Amino acid sequence: MEAVSTIEGRAYPFGAKNVDTDVIISAEWLKTITREGLGQGAFESVRAKPGNVFDDPEYAGAPVLIAGDNFGCGSSREHAAWALLDMGIKAVIAPSFSDIFSGNAFKNGILTVELPQDQIDRLMEVAKDHPVFIDLESQTVTTPFQDRFTFDVDPFRKHCLMNGLDEVGLTLEQDAVISKYETGRQDKMAWLAKGTETYA
Amino acid sequence: MPNKPRTLYDKIWDAHEVERRDDGTSILYIDRHLVHEVTSPQAFEALRMTGRTVRRPELTLAVPDHNLPTTPRLDDAGNRIPIADPMSAQQLAALERNAPDFGIRYIDANHVTQGIVHVVGPEQGFSLPGSTIVCGDSHTASHGGIGALAFGIGTSEVEHVLATQTLLLKRSKSMEVRVEGTLGEGVSAKDLILHIIGVIGTAGGTGHVIEYRGPEFEAMSVEERLTVCNMSIEGGARAGLIAPDETVFRYLKGRPLAPKGADWDEALAYWKTLHSDEGAVFNKSVTIQASEVEPTVTWGTSPEDVVAIGGVVPDPASFADPSKQEAAAKSLEYMGLTPGQRMQDVPVENIFIGSCTNSRIEDLRAAAKVLSGRKKADNVKWAIVVPGSGLVKQMAEDEGIDAIFKAAGFEWREPGCSACLGMNPDKVPPGERCASTSNRNFVGRQGPGARTHLVSPAMAAAAAVAGRLADVRELG
Repeated sequence: MEAVSTIEGRAYPFGAKNVDTDVIISAEWLKTITREGLGQGAFESVRAKPGNVFDDPEYAGAPVLIAGDNFGCGSSREHAAWALLDMGIKAVIAPSFSDIFSGNAFKNGILTVELPQDQIDRLMEVAKDHPVFIDLESQTVTTPFQDRFTFDVDPFRKHCLMNGLDEVGLTLEQDAVISKYETGRQDKMAWLAKGTETYA
Repeated sequence: MPNKPRTLYDKIWDAHEVERRDDGTSILYIDRHLVHEVTSPQAFEALRMTGRTVRRPELTLAVPDHNLPTTPRLDDAGNRIPIADPMSAQQLAALERNAPDFGIRYIDANHVTQGIVHVVGPEQGFSLPGSTIVCGDSHTASHGGIGALAFGIGTSEVEHVLATQTLLLKRSKSMEVRVEGTLGEGVSAKDLILHIIGVIGTAGGTGHVIEYRGPEFEAMSVEERLTVCNMSIEGGARAGLIAPDETVFRYLKGRPLAPKGADWDEALAYWKTLHSDEGAVFNKSVTIQASEVEPTVTWGTSPEDVVAIGGVVPDPASFADPSKQEAAAKSLEYMGLTPGQRMQDVPVENIFIGSCTNSRIEDLRAAAKVLSGRKKADNVKWAIVVPGSGLVKQMAEDEGIDAIFKAAGFEWREPGCSACLGMNPDKVPPGERCASTSNRNFVGRQGPGARTHLVSPAMAAAAAVAGRLADVRELG
């Protein structure tokens, strides 16, 4: 994962609420066995309509997406995060995110920024013609005007994002504690340890 | 000092916490991992690239379901019919290669035990009460119906579980959905969960794990509980739970991968402790009166867009929230419906009975009961039944249920996810409606431009007979 510290540039003023992962990337695109190239399938049903923000040359290559409540609800498909990444999106700003999507985004180095609706409204307005700036270190979103909005971020996620850490690698370093847990479990709950090994 | 009363969620979480860090993140041990062909190829590829291995291969079970065509898979000579779509074929081939390469038990597409992961897990006794279960699929919440803490994960987490048998997570908040009283005649578990989602909304459970409580859940069969917990994610909750009881224990006893002998006795003793303690506190609580639940259908493009079958299409202006007004207007445009239109006047051209929500034997029995001696209406062009697994299909055939469906004009298919998400050839044509027993009515979910009305199996059967959305109670 690439380290993230600041993100600046134009933002798609999308704004829609309850954007589900089927909208971000439809099932037809899930047949791939790689992570690349999904940007072309992103927001297909939205882009089918003329005048949509994603095909507006004004926002081409924007690294930020601004959306409404409950962004990324529905399916667990990480393809949604991969599609955003492939479009060049490095941060999504919304009032709230679905649990699974925000985890998937984080694991791909996409920052999910939660801000209250009135601040989202203001950013939607600014984003029409101007860039936005996100600074992870100070946890702020700013604009070329005097706007300065602060956001919360999980300390562990912040640490991983800023240092580009691989979660699997980090957990593998905990092998000893995991092994200890497994040994204890084998003693107390042997019935749970067999899994697909059938009983003779 | 007596121990602090704990919720069922607390008990399962506590038993699986390997380590809790100062920042509140825990390493949670995962007991059971289900893998299918769509969300796993990139995880296996990452393991290969980093030279990592699978920590506990026996705790993962792989089965293809999303891509498989539901038309016959073997020719008359018993040879495998190749999948026509090269992308789908490639994804299936990847799982067929990855599972043995990493020492994981694989259920072949043509084996009688193949089916939708969330049907196969409980059916094989792989999913057990009190266990943690994950799968790269948001409907993993289903397994909460047997009392497991089960939730969907992304592909990076699939890789994490394969490599470490754990996940890094923060404890969720707990939410109680209490249902008081009993459901009326002709009202099913599916109607109840649709109603619940209508009440709490699609983000109502975000950040929470739901426990469904009350006499109605206690009276439910395992199949009905799986239906309820399946749709927890549609209410925003990553997991849903129902405390395991004798109904669950009876269901699991003797299943191929369920504990046997002394292990069974030990497991059973533990399972009996799995319930929220008296006085346990939930972060959030919602109470629903069962008597208010009617056979329910969706009118829009979000699972929260529900209405009783006797109701009408709502007027977008009737919603208090301006953004909901806008969303409702957009939904109605997509769905081709007008405010005030009676739901029972909405004609349907397609019927889909299947999916991890409603493809188990009880679901098929409920639909067949309505269809017995009846035929689908002439305007219904396409009606299919996709059993949840080969074993469900076999059981239904032994009971003669397949004959009832066929006589009613339904196609009797091979098991898989099918038209729930249309990754295989089973799609609803653009602009057409489908009364569907699946879980999502999102824009384009069943195919580009498809219009989905979520219903229970009995209501899907009633819609097939009437050629429009219909109240199963009025069919007599």
